[in-house]
Amino acid sequence: MEKTSFKLEFTKGIIKENPVLRLVLGTCPTLAITTAASNAIGMGIAATLVLICSNAAISLLRKVIPDKVRIPAYITIIAGFVSVVQMLVKAFTPEIDKTLGIYLPLIVVNCIILGRAEMYANKHTVLPSIVDGLGMGVGFTAALLSMGIIRELLGSGTILGIPILTNLIDPVIIFILPPGGFFVFGMLIAIANKLSDKPAKKAELGCSSCPLGKNCTSISKKEEA
Amino acid sequence: MYIKSLIAVFLASILTENYVLNKFLGICPFLGVSKKLNTALGMSLSVTFVMILATATTWPIYTYILKPNDLAYLQTIVFILVIAALVQLVETILKKYIPPLYNSLGIYLPLITTNCAVLGVTMLVIEKGAIDLSFGYVQSLTNAFGAGIGFLVAMVLFAGVRQRIEKCDIPKFMQGLPITLVAASLVAVSFLGFQGLVEGLLG
Repeated sequence: MEKTSFKLEFTKGIIKENPVLRLVLGTCPTLAITTAASNAIGMGIAATLVLICSNAAISLLRKVIPDKVRIPAYITIIAGFVSVVQMLVKAFTPEIDKTLGIYLPLIVVNCIILGRAEMYANKHTVLPSIVDGLGMGVGFTAALLSMGIIRELLGSGTILGIPILTNLIDPVIIFILPPGGFFVFGMLIAIANKLSDKPAKKAELGCSSCPLGKNCTSISKKEEA
Repeated sequence: MYIKSLIAVFLASILTENYVLNKFLGICPFLGVSKKLNTALGMSLSVTFVMILATATTWPIYTYILKPNDLAYLQTIVFILVIAALVQLVETILKKYIPPLYNSLGIYLPLITTNCAVLGVTMLVIEKGAIDLSFGYVQSLTNAFGAGIGFLVAMVLFAGVRQRIEKCDIPKFMQGLPITLVAASLVAVSFLGFQGLVEGLLG
């Protein structure tokens, strides 16, 4: 019984509640660093590490942190782990540090991590939270990787630096430029919509799962009134 | 010459280094609050304001406190906390002393803490300053102001595009976010056209 539920917690992050393609969270790094598949893997692993650690820590502290100051407390915890990961990446893989640049520290404001803290880790015990973080991290990495592969293949004719299409077609450079990022992302979400058996759920921004979504909704309600 | 370099920094941060369309920072508000023109305007004005304020605060903290004491590795954690505290402070001050401004801009403020464009600009100006020593406090503030205006330009342009999309007949699976992203891609194509413009204009 226990085992199956862990399996469920893990797989939901990969397919049913994929943070990028279904919940539409963490769009900034998704668009920015997927110009090559190798960047996507680096970013995915870094974010997964932070996600697992922050989920575990927040789950442990969930009874200590007062409800009113929970968001600042979460951000502080997340920022601490991001600094750790940042130093690790800098020390062991300096080339990844260079390609990810500013987007590595920006994991702090990645809404997937804050979103999981708010939606899952502060309501569950440590082990499920870690499994949830791992599943979400793998889902994030998978989505980044698929986007990275598409953009690298079309934009420079290679996958992970290995030439595949270079002699067949000329690289379509626009795919590794910013417009290509928006376009491929839009298409992937459209395909995910088409394939999912529940078509009724209109793909909007992941406001329902965003920790600050309430503010956005109040803005649009105020506009309508 | 000094003024000219400032203008170059300002224009580059609006056009060629646009934070939304070129650096992919602040995508959530770009897609989330760009449905209507006045919301887009309110949001981007608040972002511009916080960007300048945040850069004005974090730059001295980094240069005069963190760096001389070998604490540069604390940059991420210090910056996010300073920005969060700052946003809270601005919200409280506006609520107490300038209620009309709070009513029009204040609602956007809680969203800005986790806006990666704000944290992004404070970190990027430090990075730029490390490469080019002449890129000091004034340049950093100009860059932050330009980044905010660039955000405003992108938001306002995109709000216009989206209002047109709403009247179109779109295939069901493309409705909502997918078509918005395709539209964003086309707006980004137009910004690619500015590549090299600033150097050509002032170089």
